[in-house]
Amino acid sequence: MFNSEERIEINVENLNLYYGKFQALKSVDIYIKKNQVTALIGPSGCGKSTFLRTLNRLNDLIESVKIEGSITINGEDIYDKNCDVVTLRKKVGMVFQKPNPFPKTIYENVAYGPRIHGINDRKTLNIIVEKSLREAALWDEVKDDLNRSAMRLSGGQQQRLCIARVLAVEPDVVLMDEPTSALDPIATQKIEDLIRDLKKKFTIVIVTHNMQQAARISDTTVFFLNGEVIEIGSTELLFTRPKNPKTEDYITGKFG
Amino acid sequence: MNSTENNTIMKTKKDGKFGFSFDNQVIVFALLRTSMIIVVMSIAYLMYDIISKGIGAVSWEFITSMPRKGMTEGGIWPAVLGTVYVTMITALASVPVGVFAAIYLNEYASKNVFTRIIRLSIRNLAGVPSIVYGMFGVALFVQALALGSSVLSAGLTLGLLTLPVTITASEEALKTVPISYREGALALGATRWQAIRTNVLPSAVPGIITGMILGVSRAAGETAPILFTGAAFYLPRLPGSLSSKFMALPYHLFIMSTQHHSIDKVRPLAYGTALVLIALVVAMNLTAILLRIHYRKKLRG
Amino acid sequence: MKNKKELAIALFFTLNGALAILILTGIFYLLLSNSFYAWRDVGFWRFLTGLEWRPAGFSHSLYGIRTLIVGTLMVTAGSMIIAVPLGIGCAAYLAEVASPIEREIIKPVVEVLAAVPSVVLGFFGIVVLSPLLAKVFNLPNGLNALNGSILLALMSLPTIISIAEDALAAVPREYKEASLALGANRVQTLRHVLLPAAGSGVTAAVMLGVGRAIGETMTVIMATGNALKSPTGYFSSVRTLTATIAIELGEVPYNTTHYYALFAIGFVLFTMTFAVSLLADIFLHRASEVGKR
Repeated sequence: MFNSEERIEINVENLNLYYGKFQALKSVDIYIKKNQVTALIGPSGCGKSTFLRTLNRLNDLIESVKIEGSITINGEDIYDKNCDVVTLRKKVGMVFQKPNPFPKTIYENVAYGPRIHGINDRKTLNIIVEKSLREAALWDEVKDDLNRSAMRLSGGQQQRLCIARVLAVEPDVVLMDEPTSALDPIATQKIEDLIRDLKKKFTIVIVTHNMQQAARISDTTVFFLNGEVIEIGSTELLFTRPKNPKTEDYITGKFG
Repeated sequence: MNSTENNTIMKTKKDGKFGFSFDNQVIVFALLRTSMIIVVMSIAYLMYDIISKGIGAVSWEFITSMPRKGMTEGGIWPAVLGTVYVTMITALASVPVGVFAAIYLNEYASKNVFTRIIRLSIRNLAGVPSIVYGMFGVALFVQALALGSSVLSAGLTLGLLTLPVTITASEEALKTVPISYREGALALGATRWQAIRTNVLPSAVPGIITGMILGVSRAAGETAPILFTGAAFYLPRLPGSLSSKFMALPYHLFIMSTQHHSIDKVRPLAYGTALVLIALVVAMNLTAILLRIHYRKKLRG
Repeated sequence: MKNKKELAIALFFTLNGALAILILTGIFYLLLSNSFYAWRDVGFWRFLTGLEWRPAGFSHSLYGIRTLIVGTLMVTAGSMIIAVPLGIGCAAYLAEVASPIEREIIKPVVEVLAAVPSVVLGFFGIVVLSPLLAKVFNLPNGLNALNGSILLALMSLPTIISIAEDALAAVPREYKEASLALGANRVQTLRHVLLPAAGSGVTAAVMLGVGRAIGETMTVIMATGNALKSPTGYFSSVRTLTATIAIELGEVPYNTTHYYALFAIGFVLFTMTFAVSLLADIFLHRASEVGKR
């Protein structure tokens, strides 16, 4: 039987990132496997969010950022001169810490991605919107008022809408930057269920502040500290038998 | 007797050696309140004087009829219309450029010398006297571009004058759009311009319109820049084209209160003109403020 | 392909931004180039320091702008003497004393004043202030430097009040609390902590007021009488730089010495306001540093 867990989707080698003179990431080596959930954990300011944003080149927006090393997704170097950022971001979607629906209707939020990529046919859009909302487990809650403003949804619904918005572009990889940190426990539960479900189709990289969450939903865990990767391995092993004493200190709550 | 009594009061309040001290809360607050009252009363009196003496002259007929008998009778219709025309040209000239420049400053500009020079220029343009804009308008639009002394030249001159206001207001409006609208769009693979066009600009439009109205309302009340670029003392007919000269409310008021051959006789007409002008400008400002409040509420809700 | 389009769009916006530089240098160039002809004909120092401005003299014309500069400086200084204490007083009142309801009333009133066109203020100077001054000070008429100063003060007040109030509000709360905690009363706190901390912002506000006063045309043309004599005091009629341009540019034939001399006046005005806005800029920058701390 074909074992998809063995295929590596993203490979990061010797990645250094500087904000001006400050080095935020130090020779980071990471592999991310296809159709898995990879969790990035570590205390705040350790570089995990910065790392996440290198994967869709959202750090490009910050002027003082300098990046060295290589990141390949599906074998393609995403920092190559010929790499088109727009295509990259289509392939690598992102869900943000705070739900950030656009001030448009629910329908238009989901249709936003397909539209900017040139799909304007109403029928096709209808199909994409329904499919994406179903995948994001939001369809049943909103199917009757797709034309309502997305701003009226609850926080948890907004975040699932943002996930649907990403799925509508049909990415390979979905990046999530602490997607539940602004949500209540019930909404968090729903998103976690959703993430477990989504990994069948997508490769998911999630930054989380919450170790229990990492343990619950991820297959691989990466522990960051001060811009360095301290340990990377299967979630089960990392949480039960950490190799590095620093990892142990962190997961047992000695700091953080 | 009185002063010693005062002294003891001051001393018990521990306000220093001199009896009277600027650290005395009662005295200083009274002074501050006095200055506030002087300012508010001056404004109130200014408004009261013009409204009470202008209201008698203003009627629908006054606004919509032509001046008659060497402007000693009749209305101000050509001046009203001229001001509306020139204001529209001003808006058309300054708003697009202002918004585009603001988009550059807020969305594209990096922190370098070039951007700093642009910002410095804008701030300095805001300080250039309006009469100097008038001279620039004469040299550039009337003479060099051969547009003549016309409503177009005047409108363009006023457009330059309001440009700093439109740029600053538009930039403020763009600044209030959350970063997440941009990042959200970019993360979906939108190009920078797509993100701006579809997500940033629509949210900034109310703010931009507010700024536009404020800028244009200032232009509507300006006189100095149009003195030599197209405003006319008196015209027997309405401005017919972009190259016609025109009458304008502020210039008309200037004429009626300083240049007219029988100033005392036309004083009521001057008051009426002043009232219409103030009403127009204040109404525009009020619209802008109400718009701002309305959209702020909407954003929160 | 897509990248090229994006680049073109970025360039388009950049050019619109750069237009501001172009306009400013354009104004500068126009004024300076015309001024050169005036200075060639009149002489730079005789232009700047000459006492008499007599552009249509019978035997020969004189183009000295000293009296005009004095006129401008007089009304500007006069307006600031009135507006600065009142404006700062008002701002301090709004920031520290006024109840929320008072603020809700006062602020729109001041905003209305900001919206009043200068020509209406000038009109007010003619119809109300002039007779009033004439009566109070027993003058033949009230069109003089004092009248202009009062009106310009009214005109600058909204700017001074709003920027000074912002500056006071931007002072970090900790400063204020620290002072009050040491037992200082509210006035001592205002005087010794808030005003010094807001000093740069307040100075910037005053500078912007000065800039407006120097450059204002219609108000002074209507209120100051425009006499070309050397003024002897605030009850004298004065002629400002701006008024001279406004009165004469409409009637002068293009490209004559008189025409160039008016542009040279414009250049002097431009230089004065440019210097003032630069100063305001420096103080505003300092004020924003205070806010950050």
